[in-house]
Amino acid sequence: MRALDRKMLRDLWGMRGQALAIVFVILSGVATYVSMTSVMDSLQQTLRTYYAEYGFADGFATVRRAPELLLERIREIPGINAVETRVVSRVNLEIEGFGEPVSGTIVSVPEGEQPVLNRLFIREGRLVQPGRENEVVLNEPFAEAHGLRSGDRIAAIMNGRYRDLNIVGIGLSPEFLMQIDPASIFPDPMRYGVMWMGRSGLEAAYDMDGAFNDIAFTLAPGADIHEVIDRLDRILRPYGGQGAFGREDQQSHFFITEEFRQLERTATILPVIFLGVAAFLLNIVISRLISLQREQIAVLKAFGYSTLDVGVHYGKLVLLIVIMGAAAGTLLGCWLGRQLGDLYLRYYRFPYLDFALEPSVMVTASALTIGAALIGVAQAVGRAVKLPPAEAMRPAPPATFRATLVERLGLQRFFSQPTRMIMRDLERRPLKALLTILGISSSCAILIMGLFFYDSFDYVIHVQFGLAQREDMTVTFTDPTSTAAVFELKSLPGVIHAEPFRTVPVELRHGHLSFQTGIEGIPRDPHLRRLIDTDLKPVTIPPEGLLITERLARILDVRPGDKVIVEVQEGGRYTSSIPVAGITRQFVGVAAYMDMEAVNRLAGLGQAVSGAFLMIDRAFEQEITDSLTERPRVAGIAFQDRAIRAFRDTIAQTMLTYTFVLSLFAGVITFGVVYNSARIMLSERDRELASLRVLGFTKAEVRYILLGELAVMILLSIPLGLVLGALASAGFARSLQTDMYQLPFVLGKGTLVQASLIVLGASAASAMLVSLRLNRLDLIGVLKTRE
Amino acid sequence: MEREAVFRTRGLTKVYSMGEVQVHALRGIDIELYAGELVVLLGASGSGKSTLVNILGGLDTATAGTVFYCGMDLTQADDRELTEYRRRHVGFVFQFYNLIPSLTARENVAIVTEIAQNPITPEQALDLVGLSDRKDSFPAQLSGGQQQRVAIARAIAKQPGVLLCDEPTGALDSKTGVIVLKALERVNRELRTTTVIITHNAVQAEMADRIIYLSDGQVSDVRGNDHKKEARELTW
Repeated sequence: MRALDRKMLRDLWGMRGQALAIVFVILSGVATYVSMTSVMDSLQQTLRTYYAEYGFADGFATVRRAPELLLERIREIPGINAVETRVVSRVNLEIEGFGEPVSGTIVSVPEGEQPVLNRLFIREGRLVQPGRENEVVLNEPFAEAHGLRSGDRIAAIMNGRYRDLNIVGIGLSPEFLMQIDPASIFPDPMRYGVMWMGRSGLEAAYDMDGAFNDIAFTLAPGADIHEVIDRLDRILRPYGGQGAFGREDQQSHFFITEEFRQLERTATILPVIFLGVAAFLLNIVISRLISLQREQIAVLKAFGYSTLDVGVHYGKLVLLIVIMGAAAGTLLGCWLGRQLGDLYLRYYRFPYLDFALEPSVMVTASALTIGAALIGVAQAVGRAVKLPPAEAMRPAPPATFRATLVERLGLQRFFSQPTRMIMRDLERRPLKALLTILGISSSCAILIMGLFFYDSFDYVIHVQFGLAQREDMTVTFTDPTSTAAVFELKSLPGVIHAEPFRTVPVELRHGHLSFQTGIEGIPRDPHLRRLIDTDLKPVTIPPEGLLITERLARILDVRPGDKVIVEVQEGGRYTSSIPVAGITRQFVGVAAYMDMEAVNRLAGLGQAVSGAFLMIDRAFEQEITDSLTERPRVAGIAFQDRAIRAFRDTIAQTMLTYTFVLSLFAGVITFGVVYNSARIMLSERDRELASLRVLGFTKAEVRYILLGELAVMILLSIPLGLVLGALASAGFARSLQTDMYQLPFVLGKGTLVQASLIVLGASAASAMLVSLRLNRLDLIGVLKTRE
Repeated sequence: MEREAVFRTRGLTKVYSMGEVQVHALRGIDIELYAGELVVLLGASGSGKSTLVNILGGLDTATAGTVFYCGMDLTQADDRELTEYRRRHVGFVFQFYNLIPSLTARENVAIVTEIAQNPITPEQALDLVGLSDRKDSFPAQLSGGQQQRVAIARAIAKQPGVLLCDEPTGALDSKTGVIVLKALERVNRELRTTTVIITHNAVQAEMADRIIYLSDGQVSDVRGNDHKKEARELTW
């Protein structure tokens, strides 16, 4: 082995502590990037193949009751490829040992064979057999939530009649990747489930012989979905068509697209920031580390090594470190990616996960870190060789210290000699100090980026469920129902207050922009379901006009006073033009609100309600539940606390796992940076400090000079880091807005304190490690050699 | 017989800028150095000795004037050419040794022989300076005199055309200093390497073939030495 390579290996061993800290910084950056990117790629790829393999439909339509004969006419619509009619119905379920109401959706499938579209993945058991009207296949998350297996039984109230159903299989469908109750926002597999039943059995149960109420279709290549939807709507309208819609409006797909979009942003923005910060820190650390070798570089140059030789030598040293970090980071990233992938698999319910790790991901991560490190090497070597070797070998000329600002102001008498040394050193090399401060603050900033989610979600829950949606439970009816039903609910024992609402499915249009949603009519002076404005103050419901959420206002590009076209998608299709009366703040969901009477006028069915919000006495919870499940007109019951729990679970399983990993890595990066900064400061000044010891300074005084300077920089870094972190997080939160929910940017004091403490903790640990070295300063050595 | 000049300088000038102050380190030096001779550069601190040697060795650049090494104009050379020049022709010995702390004595020599064209082996070089038995010691395990001898071995191992020594005994006591000078003397004698030794110690000048006196950046005198002594005869 060449002597120069041997030097490299021994130098590496000599700085193993620092090298290890650098390895950790790189590892954190690369692992974050690789894991998040690979998870995202895997999920996207899985989604694509799953949809393709199991024939997820391009469009859907719901109709009240249409004869099967209509199928021929639908098939003839130009642009339609495959079409399948179905019977789909809401169903109330009873599960033994589970006292709460459970609702579900039951979807017909051909008997003894797979449907043409939205085919089932059978995890266990089999499909339903012909002629067996009581057989069902259960959606896996629902079955898992209740521990149901094929062979078990489940009770259902179908069309008011009690039925005992045999579970013959457990499966999954691309149509219900996310199994969400249409009345709620988040999946809750304990209280809502999907199942599949033979077509004839369902037809019989719902009086749908020779008829259907739901259609799934795929498009021929190149077909225009809007044209197909128009034609389909025209055919279905006489039969109570409720508007065909494309895949992008299908609930499960919509939800998953939104989630993926958000995930993708997180998976792109955060890791890139992480990797960027790691690369930046790497650059600073490496460049300073090599600057310390100025004399050795000069010696090598003096003996005829070229600048390139020297650069390659240090390049190799740094590459070894970086490659160790990048390799370990990639391995950890892959492992973490798989773990996260499994986690998402449990959440998103794919039958399998195509784990994808694009080589380009690894190449990008490695190239970025290696590039940053090599630039650091080039900068440092470049600086070192800029001086003629003779000068570089000579002790650096006494630095030009000036009196600091403090001294020029005549304040020095307030400071001890060591304190003045600290101030002068900081003032003499402001750029070096600035880079260190910037490095530590950027690690503090990524800590904030990892931590602020918790605050934002707490805020969402506080606003959404504490200020706006204050009901204990929500009851929805199968159809618009007479207002008398609300009085009936009020009279139930344990119900303290009942507040009706009326929801009408609509399409809102403004110019070329449109959005499908429901207008929710609420009483003029609501007690339970309140709307709040952007200042979190309750909004009075105006007698006319729409109140819409901020997000919807942005989607439709409307301001208060603008008019939107409202097309009612229930019963006959009425279109009217309604002014926007105000904007409300709502983080979860996109919605439009109106005075209940105005909504009823719009729908034209007289005074009707779609359901009611209840405030109840908790002691009567079970009794109320029991009496409501028995009523055939009750389509669903939802408890608010469970909605909150479901919301938290949803968040916990995705974002918070992510952010936990991020915070962890941010912590590691912080430590790596602070430790390296402290070590380099020690190397740069060890002779000076040893001389001071020789002159009679105590260990404590010398420690004060070194650590005092570090402390000043850290204390400056923290506020800067908090500000940088807040700015970056605010931008990040804005980029994460989806139609499903918006993440307000909220930064609690606790998070600021937490981030500061992590930086301080890393600093304290580094300071301790450096102090140990400070105690071992070679006092004789400094007398023997120059300077 | 006209002797062959290895170095020839004309009007060599060096001005340093130290902050706002301009320091005239060399003010027009005209000298010749001849093949195989041992020259001592004598002068007080700040007289410009080191600056002169650094420019001769291609470690520093002149502000004005010319330096020719065997017909090559060093003042016109760029960094690549200077690197090549140092690699092929020059051996350095510094006052503070400048050994690489992470390499053993043998490896410190090897770092030079590995890039030289016609080197002797590191073992031979260490043998020449009397350190055959400390080949595998790291600098930290060697005394100052031993470290300086490793530095000499490192400088001569490539069989340089010229050996430039900047205060090679400056950091050593006189007894150790003599050992180091003996090593330099032997190299000069056995390898016929043109050797320049900087010192401010007049006693050491007695071992020179010629003595060049510098003061205040100028050559104040050049003397031949008719009573050349051996290094072992010197005491100070």
